[in-house]
Amino acid sequence: MTLFTMITIFVLAIFVGFEVISKVPTTLHTPLMSQTNAIHGIVMLGGLIVLGYANDGVEYVIGTIAVAFGAINIVGGFMVTDRMLGMFSKKPKPKAEAGGDGKGGGS
Amino acid sequence: MLLAVLKPGGDLATALYIVSFSLFIIGIKRGTHPTTAKQGNLIAAGGMAVAVATTLLLDGMGNWGLIIIGLATGSAIGFIASVRVQMTQMPQMVALYNGVGGGAVALIAWSEIRHGISLGGAMPLEELIPTLFAAIVGSVSFWGSNIAFAKLQDLIPTKPLAVPGQQFINAILGIGVIVVAILIAINNDPPSQGLFILILIAAAILGNLVVLPIGGADMPVVISLLNAFTGLSAAAAGFALENVALIVAGTLVGSSGTILTLEMATAMNRSVPNILFAGFGGAPAGGSGAAIGERPHTSIGAQDAAIKLAYADTVVFVPGYGLAVAQAQHAVKEVADELSKRGVTVNYAIHPVAGRMPGHMNVLLAEADVPYEQLREMEDINPELPRTDVAVVIGANDVTNPAAKNDPDSPIAGMPIIEVSEAGEVIVIKRSLSPGFAGIDNDLFYEPNTSMVFADAKAAASEIAAEIQNL
Repeated sequence: MTLFTMITIFVLAIFVGFEVISKVPTTLHTPLMSQTNAIHGIVMLGGLIVLGYANDGVEYVIGTIAVAFGAINIVGGFMVTDRMLGMFSKKPKPKAEAGGDGKGGGS
Repeated sequence: MLLAVLKPGGDLATALYIVSFSLFIIGIKRGTHPTTAKQGNLIAAGGMAVAVATTLLLDGMGNWGLIIIGLATGSAIGFIASVRVQMTQMPQMVALYNGVGGGAVALIAWSEIRHGISLGGAMPLEELIPTLFAAIVGSVSFWGSNIAFAKLQDLIPTKPLAVPGQQFINAILGIGVIVVAILIAINNDPPSQGLFILILIAAAILGNLVVLPIGGADMPVVISLLNAFTGLSAAAAGFALENVALIVAGTLVGSSGTILTLEMATAMNRSVPNILFAGFGGAPAGGSGAAIGERPHTSIGAQDAAIKLAYADTVVFVPGYGLAVAQAQHAVKEVADELSKRGVTVNYAIHPVAGRMPGHMNVLLAEADVPYEQLREMEDINPELPRTDVAVVIGANDVTNPAAKNDPDSPIAGMPIIEVSEAGEVIVIKRSLSPGFAGIDNDLFYEPNTSMVFADAKAAASEIAAEIQNL
C-alpha cells in the first residue's frame, strides 16, 4: 500500500466514524465506549504479527504482553458491552411480573 | 494441514481485513438504538474474530506456545473482569482498557523499531514516523489511563494534585519528546533504540503528570480523551504495519473518543485545554462559603415529600453522581414504581456529566431496570420542565444550579443545566447545603418552590417509597 492510499483510507474513515458515531444516543455512550475499547483490541493483530515472527527474547516478551493486552481489550470489551446492553434491552414485562410476585407473596 | 496459509499483505488477507472493518462499522451503526445494539455488538465481535483468524493464518507465523499463552492470559483476565465489574466501576474499567490498548500499541511500536534495526540500513520515514507517533501516544495513554484508573478506584486522591511548575515541566517533556523523535527520524540509518526507549519513558512521565492534577469531576473528559488517543495510536500502528483493519478500526475509536470528549467538555462549558492544564479547584472557590447554610430554605421530611409526589401528575427525577455513590438507584426506582402505580408520569432527566463517564448514569439506571424510554436527555427534557409538577434532585448539584443561567459572574456561567427551577415544585434530597464540585453555593436550594430533604439518598428514597405506599 502506498502512503497516500493509507491516508485516503484514514481520511474516509474519519468521516465514516464521525457520521456513524454522532448518531449514537447519549444514553448508550458508556456501552459505545466499552465497545470501542473492544474494537481497539484490533491492535492485537500487531501483537500477533510481532510474536508470530519473533526470534529473540525481548521480542518474545514484548509480543506476548502485547497479545495479552489486546486479548483483554477484545474479550473484556465485547463481553462487558454485551452485559450492559442486556440491561437496556431488557423487556419490562418479566420484571413487572417478578415485582408482582413479590407483592403477592407479601400480602 | 490447516487451511492454505495466507500471504502477509496478500489479496485474500487484505480482503478479509476489509470484511472485518466493515463488520465493525455495521456493529457501531446498530448501536444507535438499544433494541439493535446488542446484535450490533455481536456483529462487531464477529468482525474481530475474522481479523484475528486471518492474522493467525498468515504464512510463516510461529511461536504458537507463546501466542496461546498471551491469548489465554488476556482472555481470562478480560472475561473475569467483565463478569465481575460493578456498573458503578465502569469508568475505571474503561480507563484500564484504554490503558492496556495504549500499552499494546507502544510495545508493538517498540518491536517495529527493533525490526527496522535488525533489517539494517535506513528505516523508511513513512514507516518510522507513524511508529514514533504510535509509541508516544500509546505510552501517554497507557500511563495516563493508569492514573485515571487509580483515581477512580480511590487508590490515589481524586482531588486535583498540583505539582509546582507543573505546566513548565509538562511543556519541557512534550517538546523534549518531539525533539528526540525528530532526532531519531533524521538519523534513521539505523534508528537508535536507546533514544526510542528514552521517548517511551519521557512520554510515560508526561502521561502521569498530565492526568495527576485532574480532579474527579473532570474524569468524563479525561477518559474520553484517552479513548481518542488510544484510537489514534492504533491507526498510526496501522500505517506502520500497512494494515487496513488497524487503520480503520483505530480511526473509528479515535472519532468516537473525540466526539465524546467534545460533548463532555461542552456539557461542562469548559475547553479541553482548560480541563487538562488548569485542574478544577485550582481556581479559588468558596468565596460565598460564609453564606452557606445561613440563607433561608425550606426543609421537609420524607412524609411531606411523599405527599407532594403522590399527588403530582408528572414527576422528573434528576440523578447526579451522589446517587451512584449512595447506591440509591434501586431505591429511587422503587419510588418511581410506587408513583407509576398511582398513575403519575415519571421521567429521569440525565445531564451529560451526571456520572463519571459519558452515559454512565444511564447504565446505572438501566441496571436498576428503569425503562429506556424514561431516560431523557437534557435538551429533550428541559422544555417539559415548566409543565412538570415536581422535580426531584438526588445527588446532583452544580448541574441544576440556576446561577449558570442567571449569573454571568458565576464560575459555572454558561454551563448547560437541567432547569429544575422551572418545575412547579422542586425536592432536593441531599445530606447538607454544601456546595458541589464547582465549590459554589446552589441558588436552587433557596428558591421559594424548593424543599430540601436532608438525608442519605438511599435511605430517603426508601423511606419516601414506603410513605407513598402507606398513603
